[in-house]
Amino acid sequence: MKTELMSANYAAARAVMSARVEVVPAYPITPATTIPEQIALLNETGQWPGQFIRVESEHSAMFACIGASSTGARTFTATSSNGLLLMDEGLHWATAARLPIVLANINRSISPSWNIHVTHDDSMSKATSGWIQFYVSSVDEFYHTIIQAFKLAEDERVLMPVMVNADGFVLSHTLSTYDYLEPEEVDKFLPPYKPPHWVMDPENPVSHGNIVFPEHYQEFRYAMHEGTHNAMKVYEEVEREYKKLFGKYFGGPIDCYKCDDAEVVFTSQGSVAAEAKDAIDELREEGYKVGNARMRMIRPFPVDRIRELGSRVKGFASLDRSVSYGYGGPVANDIRATMYNTKHRPIIKSYIGGLGGRDMTVPDIKEVILDTVKAVETGETGPEETWHDLR
Amino acid sequence: MVATKDMPLKEYVLKGNAACAGCQDMVALRHAHKALEGNVIQVVPACCTSVVQGLWPKSGLGIPVLNTAFPAAAATASGVRAALAAKGKDDTTVMVWAGDGGTFDIGIQALSGAFERRTDFLYVCYNNQVYSNTGTQRSGGTPLHAKTTTTWLGKKEPEKLLDFIVAMHEPVYQATANTAYPRDLYDKFLKAKEIRGPKFIHIFLPCPQAWNYPVEKGVELGKLAVETGYWIQWERVGTEFTLGRQSKRFQDPEKRKPIEEFLKMQGRFSHLFRPERQDAKIQELQDYVQYRWDLLMKTLA
Amino acid sequence: MVNEVNIDPKSRADMPTTSYSKPVIGATGKTGSWRTFTPKIDYDECSRCRTCWLHCPEAVITLDEDGTPHIDLDYCKGCGCCAEVCPKKCIAMIRVGFDEEESA
Ligand SMILES: Cc1ncc(C[n+]2csc(CCOP(=O)(O)OP(=O)(O)O)c2C)c(N)n1
Ligand code: SF4
Ligand code: SF4
Repeated sequence: MKTELMSANYAAARAVMSARVEVVPAYPITPATTIPEQIALLNETGQWPGQFIRVESEHSAMFACIGASSTGARTFTATSSNGLLLMDEGLHWATAARLPIVLANINRSISPSWNIHVTHDDSMSKATSGWIQFYVSSVDEFYHTIIQAFKLAEDERVLMPVMVNADGFVLSHTLSTYDYLEPEEVDKFLPPYKPPHWVMDPENPVSHGNIVFPEHYQEFRYAMHEGTHNAMKVYEEVEREYKKLFGKYFGGPIDCYKCDDAEVVFTSQGSVAAEAKDAIDELREEGYKVGNARMRMIRPFPVDRIRELGSRVKGFASLDRSVSYGYGGPVANDIRATMYNTKHRPIIKSYIGGLGGRDMTVPDIKEVILDTVKAVETGETGPEETWHDLR
Repeated sequence: MVATKDMPLKEYVLKGNAACAGCQDMVALRHAHKALEGNVIQVVPACCTSVVQGLWPKSGLGIPVLNTAFPAAAATASGVRAALAAKGKDDTTVMVWAGDGGTFDIGIQALSGAFERRTDFLYVCYNNQVYSNTGTQRSGGTPLHAKTTTTWLGKKEPEKLLDFIVAMHEPVYQATANTAYPRDLYDKFLKAKEIRGPKFIHIFLPCPQAWNYPVEKGVELGKLAVETGYWIQWERVGTEFTLGRQSKRFQDPEKRKPIEEFLKMQGRFSHLFRPERQDAKIQELQDYVQYRWDLLMKTLA
Repeated sequence: MVNEVNIDPKSRADMPTTSYSKPVIGATGKTGSWRTFTPKIDYDECSRCRTCWLHCPEAVITLDEDGTPHIDLDYCKGCGCCAEVCPKKCIAMIRVGFDEEESA
């Protein structure tokens, strides 16, 4: 393992090399652009020997991934915002075809108006697609999660594509030191991809994706659901092995900080979750029993971990950098739904904030947490959702 | 041209498939695959060819088929080619088999991109001039005045000149073919399989359902399309143009049959003849024949 | 095994993770049942030119070494293309039960 100073996007390009990815079709979009740029450079200078396809759109990027993965190649792409939305038909195709594609999504706001800064609406709108979804908080975590994602996606019990999300600019363009692995080291963890079930092969022809009638369609959908579901358990094994081999561990599906004796827990996704540690430390100093639950994985949803936390705390302050327009924050909604079928009734407050790249600083996070602390003290649940810092 | 007795007997279109009786797409598939001899990965976007395979878990095509989304055939093929390249297997033909909708309309961006990238693949557009899969809606390949379920009174625009658009992408090989001439079609696939780079074969293909003609008349109609000069058989290896031998005579307008003979066999043009004859419209279609010949001979020949 | 397909799945356990299909004859059953008219070759007239074989959309015509065509009526859809293209006009399209009994 070596260390270098890089942005998350450059680290993602390095992960493509480390994981011996065979095919990368990609299309530029700010703030993901420097990923394909760097991959092109690594390719042209002979450092990465794979196939880089300079596709003419994100729709084509995802379908080129589908073509490559269906022919047995380890495949990666990167995009953001409108690019992810243009991929939509392919995102759903990839899950139903059970293709272990890994996608780095650099979270960015959806247009109009044009805004290239972070909002999680792009990836959150794909939460029902079957894609396994991670959110990371550091360059180091981004790099290693991409490598882990291949192992997870290619596991026969999973065989579902994985989206690793990182906040636009905050992570994508900010330099940070991180530890990386040479391909020879990763080989110990990640063997070459061999499709376990089907592959395009003239020697042994099959037709993939012809018509399926209602008699069987639902069973295929159930199999997809199982695949995504299994990712929770399989990821535990993946992380355990990764830790053993490389000493890296990022905290499972929910990375908890000072949650053990906490009465109120703050949940969030992405870079805010790292910022929140400082807010927790300050609040602890001020005498509040609060903790930070960094949501790393939102699909499959970490139901057991939330229930375990929910059985101990009095309140969740759940921040979404995204909106389910018409009803609350998407992750807050899932936390509420998760707790409903238990006997525990913590107050679960939904906060929406930091949209369009608006800062969510330590004082902002403290304000959100203290609002929940107050709700817990008074027993007043308050509004269904609270828009933080709404002018 | 290959003699019929020298064509391979092995069939890759398997009997008992889900194609309509008389479907000329199956004729095209049969002879294309006889030429490719199974060493192919075929990418199929939404179209009739996704249906003719039949129902999971069985398929009526004895070759690897990757069904894909309607707009995405050429992009999917790019991925297949890249995967084969990554694995060092480059003798396999990667072939798109798309309808006119999937080519002229929704798939044209992906097609253009893949050609510009000089992808080594063969793009086949089988042109039945309509969205047959979804029940006969107009496409960018539907001719002027043809009735469809979205142009009930006849289409107001002539078809897009796709061959010219493709030619401007400078494919290494480009040809037109016609299911009425299977031996010629076979030869063109034989040739295409030997050339590396982006290749395009445009197949004229009568559809008994959408064009509304007696099912057994597919070959006759295909031939009439050539004999009226409406469909021109040609081939281009790089910029080397050859007028197909079926079309050669019909370069001379005097030798052509009137377009009417092609039109009146088809229900989709019946309104040009009944209840009243629409001379002006028939003439428009007749004039369009010469226009296309001129354009072809001026620009691509 | 990769690309193995159970073509007669009884339950979810027999089904693969995604819908890949095995190439088989009769993927849509015995399509001969779709037929209204049945082709019948007059072998005395037939010149063994193979034209019917060339144009049959269904690949149901097989050829002997000398080019003698045989139609698989289990799958022939009765489109009549073969009769249309036959230069000897020696394929008749017969309405079974009306014109005469079906016999291959
Ligand atoms: C994105 C998308 N839009 C629309 C459709 C519906 N659709 C499926 S096939 C088809 C028409 C296909 O026409 P063409 O490409 O000409 O092939 P044909 O059916 O005539 O063989 C349409 C509109 C689809 N599958 N996907
Ligand atoms: S009737 Fe049609 S399907 Fe039957 S043998 Fe003749 S051409 Fe083939
Ligand atoms: S086309 Fe007619 S003459 Fe030729 S082989 Fe067939 S049946 Fe015989």
